Amino acid sequence: MPLSSESAQKQLAARHRKSRMFKHLCAAITWSSVFLLAMLLVRVTMDGLGWLDWQFINSFPSRIPERAGIKSALVGTLWMIVMVAVIAIPIGVSAALYLEEFSKKGRLATLIEVNVANLAGVPSIVYGILGLAIFVRFFALERSLISGALTMSLLILPVIIIASREAIKMVPMSIRYAALSLGATRWQTTWAHVLPSAFPGIMTGVILALSRAIGETAPLILIGAASFMAFLPTGPMDSFTALPIQIYSWVSRPQREFHELAAAGILVLLAVLLLMNATAIYIRNRTEKRLK
Amino acid sequence: MAVVDTADAAADKKRAQEAVLDLQEVSVLYSGKAAVKKVSCTVWRNRITSIIGPSGCGKSTLLRSLNRMNDFVDGVTIEGKILFANQNLYGDEVDPVEVRRRIGMVFQKPNPFPKTIYNNISWGPSINGYSGSMDELVERSLQQAALWEEVKDRLQDSALNLSGGQQQRLCIARALAMEPQVLLMDEPCSALDPISTAHIEDLLFELQSRYTIVIVTHNMQQAARVSDYTAFMEMGHLIEFGETDQIFTRPEKKRTEEYVTGRFG
Repeated sequence: MPLSSESAQKQLAARHRKSRMFKHLCAAITWSSVFLLAMLLVRVTMDGLGWLDWQFINSFPSRIPERAGIKSALVGTLWMIVMVAVIAIPIGVSAALYLEEFSKKGRLATLIEVNVANLAGVPSIVYGILGLAIFVRFFALERSLISGALTMSLLILPVIIIASREAIKMVPMSIRYAALSLGATRWQTTWAHVLPSAFPGIMTGVILALSRAIGETAPLILIGAASFMAFLPTGPMDSFTALPIQIYSWVSRPQREFHELAAAGILVLLAVLLLMNATAIYIRNRTEKRLK
Repeated sequence: MAVVDTADAAADKKRAQEAVLDLQEVSVLYSGKAAVKKVSCTVWRNRITSIIGPSGCGKSTLLRSLNRMNDFVDGVTIEGKILFANQNLYGDEVDPVEVRRRIGMVFQKPNPFPKTIYNNISWGPSINGYSGSMDELVERSLQQAALWEEVKDRLQDSALNLSGGQQQRLCIARALAMEPQVLLMDEPCSALDPISTAHIEDLLFELQSRYTIVIVTHNMQQAARVSDYTAFMEMGHLIEFGETDQIFTRPEKKRTEEYVTGRFG
């Protein structure tokens, strides 16, 4: 028993058809990108898995593929992550807090906002040039871990600031008003209520930014990270190499064995990334639960 | 004997007539546009004063200017004087943080912190250097807000698990824990069901003996039921201010009469 006239039903059927088509289109786009990614992973795994063993992880690079390993690059990357996190997170989150909670909304704030957004889009190699000029040369920090970490921090600061601002914006005004109406200062309100509520969102942004930092190659090449290092850095002033640099240098060699080593290096890099993301998600879920 | 009685009554009367807030030609402007225009009236100690009027008449704006919550709105300016303990709230030497500590506020929608029930109450006093027994203060505040019996066994639960009406009473308890001289309430029942509303109204009677309350309400019956004094506002102007009985039964202005009898608004 139809509820409406024939023409109305036809029209409805056409609308349903359109809706279904759009759904399938979206699904096709999603799955094709997932498929591409999967292909890439399968290729890399097939090439690299054979080389991936403890010997590979625990050895320095070598001219002989069978003896070559990724130890110095892995340790260099771990150093980088920690140093970048220590430098970029406090600065980025503070800047976001200032812009959202403390600064007067006006022309200056808008100017800063536009600039930060633009900086996020600047190619990473430009940050490399900046790092070379400022940290390596001007501050004479040489081609050290600290130069690399500072350059990477500059690179990801805009991302951290933007993500943190979005997370801070999501905290309802009513929470701020509640705190302020109890005679809290702006800082007390921010520290006790805004920051904890925004924490999960900030974490997500920070992890995405750090993940970008450990995958970046161009700025590190520019500031002169070593591509062959047979010792481990012991402090921030030591020279260093990192996973992407090591992978890059292996890929650019003619022998097939080194290409497979590069694939194994990529697997290690992916593992580090996944580990970081998993940690972030774990921390985020825990804090979210506590807030509920 | 009779003389003493009279003296007591006179003292009572005098206390009753003590002004807590004295508004003198208060105007509130948003980016130069007046939302409240030259309002003058007095808030008396231990009395409930309600502000009524149609939507957008400036009643919430006026209320928020009483504890400087308008400071957080960009482009707001206040003209005129609001005297509290003989000091102009907007004077240069007055710290707005101090103002908000002594004049508490309850908002339209319950806004508990996403923390435990206990911490919702204890946070305000703790940041303001309260040194007594926190457990006692939390219990006393919850009792004053008529919430203690319902939550005493789950003080460490999240406040967000409470019902809307309970959350609003928690917000009242949170404000009371600061022992404010004045409690401002901005349509505290508008997001609540009738039973929760009745709870809050009962609570207002209880609180009246110890606190001075200013309540903004949409609901005229509520104003008539709970308040001692009523201010009727329209388009930013204070049309009439007086004892609630008089406003609702013998209003002096025609506009007031039309509004309270439900002919507009």
